[in-house]
Amino acid sequence: MRILAIITLGRDKVASGVPIFYAKDQEEQDNLCLLLSRILGAAVHDLQNGVKVIVKH
Amino acid sequence: MRYILTIIAATLAGLGARWYMLRRDYRQYPSYPQGWAIHLFLGFIGGLLGAIIVPAFLEEEYAAISFLLLAASQFREVRNMERSTLQAMEATELVKRGTAYIEGIARVFEARNYLAIWVSLSVAIVSESLVMLGWLRLPFSILVGSLIAMGLNHVMHGKLVGDIATITLAEIQFDKSMLVVEDLRIMNVGLEDAQNVYLERGLAGSISPKDPNSKGTLANLGQMQAIAHDVSSMVGIYMDVGEQEFTPIVRRNPDTGTLYLVMIPSEQDENAFLAAIRRVPVLEGAIRKPLTSVAGKMMD
Repeated sequence: MRILAIITLGRDKVASGVPIFYAKDQEEQDNLCLLLSRILGAAVHDLQNGVKVIVKH
Repeated sequence: MRYILTIIAATLAGLGARWYMLRRDYRQYPSYPQGWAIHLFLGFIGGLLGAIIVPAFLEEEYAAISFLLLAASQFREVRNMERSTLQAMEATELVKRGTAYIEGIARVFEARNYLAIWVSLSVAIVSESLVMLGWLRLPFSILVGSLIAMGLNHVMHGKLVGDIATITLAEIQFDKSMLVVEDLRIMNVGLEDAQNVYLERGLAGSISPKDPNSKGTLANLGQMQAIAHDVSSMVGIYMDVGEQEFTPIVRRNPDTGTLYLVMIPSEQDENAFLAAIRRVPVLEGAIRKPLTSVAGKMMD
């Protein structure tokens, strides 16, 4: 299991480590998550604080 | 040429027994004509081995019997062959069989060759003991062979999940992004679209063990993976390569030992879904019997 990318609404919630994508609103975040999960062949998980992670299982 | 009738009848009986047992393998190999050719030929060899043992014994050719027994040990290779085939095919499965299921299938295939040898051996024994009847011994041999083949097949038939557990339908709910079934948090689904697919098309089954033995058996990870694989191969699955969030998932409630299978079948037919769960075989390697131990009895 590995985190491949982080998509966040709040810049203060994440540090570096894996690629981070900043989204300006929920809609853009959902769209980015969908695109990235299909590109990377991985699942989207919601950390419920405005941060979503793409995880390869 | 004294024994020709016995050898032919017993060999054909062994081959027939292997063919009879092969017919039940549809779930493990949905379309596999080449596999049939391989196993029928192995059944033929097994039948011949079993057939020749009796004349060799009657002629007091004990060296020949030793060689025949040595040849029979070559059937161990069948297990390795099936294992490597299935492991090689594992990468092409949307839902993995899992190593426990593969081991189970490989073992069954090896065992069935030995059963074919038993059947041909019994036919040869009957045929040689009734040698004074001439051609009339054939019907008796065939009858004994069929009875033994059916008996062995019946004895070797393992249990199904429906025998050791009660299967019911459960409701899929979401607590924010967590997929919840009967208060058990199963997994985190981050995409709202994926959550809607689960709510609209998803099905959840609850598999509650009937006794502590079944509880131990169902707690095996290989058994859980086998349920996910078999149900998806029976009712079909709504997912594509790379859509990991739609992979069927089996989770266990640690309080009760109940398993929950959550998946999105290709058609939303609840009865077919439940029937498929009931038909999943209980893996021989997963069976646990805690109730036969002293500690297990004390806890019951």
